[in-house]
Amino acid sequence: MATERTTRIAGLALLLALSAVFLLPFVWMLSTSFKHESRIFPPPGRPPQWLPTTDVRDAEGRIMVWYRGEAAAELGVDEAGRHELLLADGRVVTALDEEVEIKQRIGLHWQNYVRAFEMMNFFQNLRNTLFICYMTVLGTVISSSLAAYSFARIPWKGREVVFVVVLATMMMPYQVTLIPLFSVYSALGWVGTFKPLIVPYFFGVPFYIFLLRQFFKGIPEDLSAAARIDGCSEFGIYARIILPLAKPAIATTALFQFLFQWGDFLNPLIYLQDSRQYTLAVALQQFQSQHESAWGPLMAMSTVITLPIIVLFFLTQRTFIQGITMSGLKG
Amino acid sequence: MTRRERLHLRNGLLFAAPWVVGFLFFQLYPLLMSVYFSFTDYNVVHPPVWAGLDNYRELFFDDPLFWKALYNTLYFTVFSVPLSLVFSLSIAMLLNRKIPGMSVFRTVFFLPSIVPIVASSVLWLWVLNPESGLINSLLQQFLGIQGPGWLADARWAKPSLVLMSLWGIGGAMVIFLAGLAEVPQTLYEVAELDGAGRWAKFRNVTLPMLTPTILFNLVMGMIGAFQYFTQVYVMTGGTGSPMDSTMFYALYMYRMSFYYLRMGYASAMAWMLFVVILTATISVLISSKRWVYYHGD
Repeated sequence: MATERTTRIAGLALLLALSAVFLLPFVWMLSTSFKHESRIFPPPGRPPQWLPTTDVRDAEGRIMVWYRGEAAAELGVDEAGRHELLLADGRVVTALDEEVEIKQRIGLHWQNYVRAFEMMNFFQNLRNTLFICYMTVLGTVISSSLAAYSFARIPWKGREVVFVVVLATMMMPYQVTLIPLFSVYSALGWVGTFKPLIVPYFFGVPFYIFLLRQFFKGIPEDLSAAARIDGCSEFGIYARIILPLAKPAIATTALFQFLFQWGDFLNPLIYLQDSRQYTLAVALQQFQSQHESAWGPLMAMSTVITLPIIVLFFLTQRTFIQGITMSGLKG
Repeated sequence: MTRRERLHLRNGLLFAAPWVVGFLFFQLYPLLMSVYFSFTDYNVVHPPVWAGLDNYRELFFDDPLFWKALYNTLYFTVFSVPLSLVFSLSIAMLLNRKIPGMSVFRTVFFLPSIVPIVASSVLWLWVLNPESGLINSLLQQFLGIQGPGWLADARWAKPSLVLMSLWGIGGAMVIFLAGLAEVPQTLYEVAELDGAGRWAKFRNVTLPMLTPTILFNLVMGMIGAFQYFTQVYVMTGGTGSPMDSTMFYALYMYRMSFYYLRMGYASAMAWMLFVVILTATISVLISSKRWVYYHGD
């Protein structure tokens, strides 16, 4: 029994260590996003700083600095880059840039967030992303549930063959249809609009058709039969019996599609051309390519884009895990 | 056909109609056009010009970068997919017992896989930063080692991406957890009666019972790895640098299409990729007859 206990504890210790490794990048992201630029790159030889620091200001809002071992308030910087400092004893001195070190205390440096919001067209990008997410979720849920109903609940001739086609299209790499679709949309004048990102979702998405069909098949056939005897139309059965019973599967579909769309990159990259149309994912990438070493604002923006997903995950954990399990196992 | 069958057929097709229309317009038509484009010179602005087998000939004989991109993609697939499988299964095994805080652990391992890829790529650029990144700072601080240049070094760039992919194994782990939960407890009890130890139970009960799940994760992992794009696009600014060491297949195809507007050539590339994915998938499926054990049916 002693060995049993030992392995249990060893397993737990291993898990703790591994989860620390998995969390570390997140901690690093958060910590960097709240750091003053001077602390993001520690001077050579000094260890990285985990707790974010911010500058210290005096009662008049002036930045506090260290100057030759003394605390001083900065009055201003002249054109040559020299600092005018007010020492504690009331003397005013001029100091060279390298003589001055900005005083830091542990605290949150929010300026990275402010800068990131200003440098990106954040609220516009957020609106675009939410609009596209909302529309594709709507389209996916309606069209995929209709098709799934057909494949799961109506015994029509040839449906098994057609369903194999649905599955086969899932295996097709997106690269194959990418170029012809681009050429069609460009002929329609849709390039540079949201249409190529939204319209296809109103025509059924194979993965969700598959997922919903699995769920619909699990609903007892008697319910449909009874409704048919009562004179209920096929659409009535779909809308009033099956959909309400399939709420968990519909929720999974909506959730997955929302998440996918929130992070989708390739299609918005190809079809959106004006920066005012960008989704958050594209905007972040563009921001990164223009400000490669602005790690503070970059981490701030990454945090802002990631946080809603994490919150959404915590609110919907069970739906989530069930959905993934459903897609993976029942195949 | 009875009246009832006709009614079912009509209703069935009506309900499936959105998908049928979508299939014709967004799948079948583009598919056929893609075959056609692959035999043409086409730049979207002007109509395609027939070029016969020129694109394919160039791919095979005159484009070293095509082979490089294929090699890079295969390298990534060969390392990332098996390592991810082993890693996600190991974590699932560790989690598959009564431990305090199980759902917290599960969340921690799962979260990285749902972070938007652009955000996680930007984050990993910073984690892998040679001067002040997380990994090299820790190596310096605790081991006194000067870490490698990671993405800035042609030899380390692909291993960096493999390393990063291991952070995103959450989805596979959850599927393994579900697979583990379905292994009948009685099998373990029987094995224990036969005196099986921990390893013997894993080798003779867990692993065979999990083979269908392993197959699923393997095929999904492979298909995903062959199409790997967003991470390299973000992390190399779309260039595949340094020295084309991260010029992956999908990235090269993207550049052909949207930088150089060689849509015909890129279509030929797409079909080559399709052939590669199909061959790999079918090989795995054929081999699976010998190693996948279907319990019960």
